[in-house]
Amino acid sequence: MQYLAPTSVDEVVAALAQADGRARVLAGGTDLLVQMKSDMIAPDILVDIKRIPELREITREGGGWRIGAAVSGAEFNEHADICADWPGLAEAFDLIGSTQVQGRCTLAGNLCNASPAADSVPAMVAADAVARVAGPNGTRDVPVVDIPVGPGKTSLAAGEFITSIFLPARAPRSADAYLRFIPRTEMDIAVASAGVSLTLDDDGSCVAARVALGAVAPTVLLVEKATAALIGTRLEGAALAALAQACESAATPIDDKRGTVEFRKQVVGVLARRAARVAQNRAEERA
Amino acid sequence: MALDEYEKRDFKVVGKRMPRPDAIDKVTGRALYGADMHVPGMLVGKILRSPHAHARIKAIDTSAAEALEGVRAVVTGADFPDIAPGEARNVRDNTMARDKALYDGHAVAAVAATSAAIARKALKLIRVEYEILPHVTEISDAMKPDAPVVQEGFVQENVPEGFSENVISYHQYGHGDLDAGFAQADKVITRRFRTAATHQGYIEPHAALASFGADGTADLWVCTQGHYFVRQLCAEILQMDQAQLRVTASEIGGGFGGKTTCFIEPVALMLSKKAGAPVKLVMTRQEVFRASGPTVSSEIEVRMGMTKDGRITAAEAELHYQGGAFPNITVQFGAMAAFACYDLQAVQTRGYNVLTNRPKQAAYRAPGAPMAIYAVESVVDELCQEFDLDPLEVRLKNAARKGTRASYGPTYPDIGLVATLEAAQAHPHYSAPLGPNQARGVACGFWFNFGGDTSVSLSVDFDGSITVTEGNPDIGGSRVSIAMMAAEELGVPYESVRAVVTDTGSLGHNEVTDGSRVTFAVGLATIKAARAAKREMCRRAAKIWGIDEDAVVWEDGCAKPAGPNAGKFEPLSIKEIAAKSSRTGGPISGHHEVNAEGAGVSFGVHIADVEVDPETGHTKVVRYTVFQDAGKAVHPAYVEGQMQGGAAQGIGWALNEEYIYDEQGRLVNPGFLDYRIPVASDLPYIDAVILEIPNPGHPYGVRGVGETGIVPPLATLSNAVSRAIGRRMYELPMSPPRILKAIKGG
Ligand SMILES: Cc1cc2nc3c(=O)[nH]c(=O)nc-3n(C[C@H](O)[C@H](O)[C@H](O)COP(=O)(O)OP(=O)(O)OC[C@H]3O[C@@H](n4cnc5c(N)ncnc54)[C@H](O)[C@@H]3O)c2cc1C
Repeated sequence: MQYLAPTSVDEVVAALAQADGRARVLAGGTDLLVQMKSDMIAPDILVDIKRIPELREITREGGGWRIGAAVSGAEFNEHADICADWPGLAEAFDLIGSTQVQGRCTLAGNLCNASPAADSVPAMVAADAVARVAGPNGTRDVPVVDIPVGPGKTSLAAGEFITSIFLPARAPRSADAYLRFIPRTEMDIAVASAGVSLTLDDDGSCVAARVALGAVAPTVLLVEKATAALIGTRLEGAALAALAQACESAATPIDDKRGTVEFRKQVVGVLARRAARVAQNRAEERA
Repeated sequence: MALDEYEKRDFKVVGKRMPRPDAIDKVTGRALYGADMHVPGMLVGKILRSPHAHARIKAIDTSAAEALEGVRAVVTGADFPDIAPGEARNVRDNTMARDKALYDGHAVAAVAATSAAIARKALKLIRVEYEILPHVTEISDAMKPDAPVVQEGFVQENVPEGFSENVISYHQYGHGDLDAGFAQADKVITRRFRTAATHQGYIEPHAALASFGADGTADLWVCTQGHYFVRQLCAEILQMDQAQLRVTASEIGGGFGGKTTCFIEPVALMLSKKAGAPVKLVMTRQEVFRASGPTVSSEIEVRMGMTKDGRITAAEAELHYQGGAFPNITVQFGAMAAFACYDLQAVQTRGYNVLTNRPKQAAYRAPGAPMAIYAVESVVDELCQEFDLDPLEVRLKNAARKGTRASYGPTYPDIGLVATLEAAQAHPHYSAPLGPNQARGVACGFWFNFGGDTSVSLSVDFDGSITVTEGNPDIGGSRVSIAMMAAEELGVPYESVRAVVTDTGSLGHNEVTDGSRVTFAVGLATIKAARAAKREMCRRAAKIWGIDEDAVVWEDGCAKPAGPNAGKFEPLSIKEIAAKSSRTGGPISGHHEVNAEGAGVSFGVHIADVEVDPETGHTKVVRYTVFQDAGKAVHPAYVEGQMQGGAAQGIGWALNEEYIYDEQGRLVNPGFLDYRIPVASDLPYIDAVILEIPNPGHPYGVRGVGETGIVPPLATLSNAVSRAIGRRMYELPMSPPRILKAIKGG
């Protein structure tokens, strides 16, 4: 096995192109190394992206934020301004693993591992985040929601990798929230989860909303009907009930060791409702 | 029974919270655990395991693996000699399959190679031809007359007709006239319960290093709760004399009963024998879950009658336990323990042991009792609710006490249940207010405790310091307690005593560290060994003074003349006697060998407050208090630790832990991600209240405390959750999907 630690994006692209599918990108390694140790995968080449300076940075861009693909959870959560803009994504990212894991895990790694239960992904989708992808044919921007295509599978072409995640500029009175259900209190995997991002007008009416669900379908779900349930309301009981209903109907979970179809559907509606309420409170506080 | 050992005394050392002697080594990493053992020329062993729940092994072709560069030995079931039926044969067949793979994860072959990578590669080269057989993993399925038979030839004579050959043993206990008893009740209810198989969840995986000599002697270093038993099993399996095999136990990263037998040791020895080199075998976490010994799963039916003022008039229980593909006696313990907390005129329990295609169970803290008592205590609670009675009052009304004839036969001597219940009743927790969606549950628990074969040697070293040599791996702080009892008895400072767990070649036989026996039995033998050393030291003092032996007494850590007539001599300290010992007859030791009886039974009462989220079924334990009789708490912090640890494991068992099988009979959650033991943030501070009702069978009144603590939590939690949601729960674990379903009326 070969370990490469290039210092530029171009070198990564070249290395991946040469490797012809036998290489894996190594970010924090908190999924990759675990999978290698348990004999699930055996890549011939590891391409470590942590030595590329621009991939380690969080920068302002057109009122939004660009987060390098090698920025860890701990680095993200120490960045006060980004956490103020995106408290929901911050709490989702922070849920990943323990203190040790936080020192290494990345948003792009969480996304490209393509687990339907990945915690930061519904929050990124609710935030309308966009991934910047570098590859043999140059660079392209892809909405985060379009990256995972099934458990363990992404839409990235051979030789492509993510260099950064972009979070758009925030309108005033906007906030987000993320909640997951786990049987324990930590060190667990989401049985169902919901990310909500919304914007209120001066009267407290919801003018924009995105609701994304995790662990209730093969990929993260962006629920359009949930948006419709919230827009134009002040998140009164009926609106929240409609939101929960929309999420329950959109969910297509499976029965497995972690939960039943029935349970996941019910709980994902509850989580969406509770997350919407938290986001609303945060948006009002930001006024 | 030895019930006249106890003498009241004022303790000087016992009862204090001494620093633990192993603490610094454990936090600095100097302590050596099973996998830390290294010897020159050591090979790496790895085991190939069956992917099928039940399959005939038609052929195994190991030639490609043997031909691989770096492979030094390959072992299959065919390498092991024939031996007589019994536990050693069961262990042999469990550690390496012969004709059939009996469960997902059953070992079918093993290799020893010069590196882990080569060993892994070699496993992939072994070709096993399986004929897949129908399998059965659930109790009720396995009992059906036409069920697939897991193993033939184990059915005992007294098993009633009408079941498959998987039902191998039947046990019945009780007394009195059930019909007459039920006729006196104002209400009789019958309820069915299920509990899942759970794993002890010890942090250290099984590890063994075997080194077989060319002369037929062998050494084994192993992480175990009982190296003498490991020696006994391995010697029989490899057909060698016990004396030719020396077994040394490492420090142990948890056992809880799961390390009371062998899972890899005979294989490590056989690989080493074949390779002619030392071989180390270490299980992965996945192997621990698939192929070590979880506890049984159960299906239990309880029928109980109660008068409206809370008197239980009659009770019976039928218990069906499965503990995998081999025999065990866990259901017998369950049938004995089920009603042990109560003073009943009419009681009966019937236990059935069932084979399934699951891993061979091992002991887990109070084996068999938690599930039986969970069912009984749930029914008691339901009847309390039915008549609107206080659950502790009702338990007090029916509590077993001195003179009660236990449902399993004996008549109790001094026991602590009533005192424990009264302590719970008086504790502020029991009357504290509850918040929204919260409720309180209580339950009792019981465990027999055990004594057994024990050898201790205590040497008075030339400088007067004391070494206690004992043979029981320290899984819960026993070394500190044993050193404290030696210091107490000799009248020397605790710091001058060191307790050492020695290998099988250095001391007579010791029963496994199980049955909460060590502080009781090894403590008892230590006290008696100290008394023997004191007698010898009196003899040496008599020699020094030139007076009669009988004229010397032992007081405050010194030999003294018995009285004015004995002569006028300054007292001789241990240090002084020890310094002269070479010249007065040689080194001084005391030793004691005993099959200790009189291990006093122990009772506990737990109170839990839970809060259940009505929309998700998530349970939060908000307050928890344990009350337990320790006889005498030699080291109170360790006793509290045992009580808290038992409660923590019981909470996990009640809420989330379970072995989950798929349609093919494969374990789908062999890891800590999906086998959910509680993490620290899942638990409240667990308050521990120690009661001390002296055990008449121990010189200091000690009772075992290690196991009782895991018995009450299952029902305590179930009673609390049932009261919180207003619906009775009948199945463990009470995972959120199950609770939500119950809330929604499913
Ligand atoms: C103890 C523990 C607890 C955990 N808890 C959680 C949890 O609570 N919630 C949760 O969602 N996850 C959890 N995880 C999983 C894991 O930590 C996260 O998915 C993490 O975000 C992965 O990031 P990483 O940088 O470590 O990814 P890596 O392991 O480095 O990579 C993951 C995958 O993505 C690919 N990849 C990485 N970066 C890129 C890139 N820039 N472009 C293209 N492909 C890329 C890799 O090749 C690999 O296939 C846990 C893991 C552990 C070990």
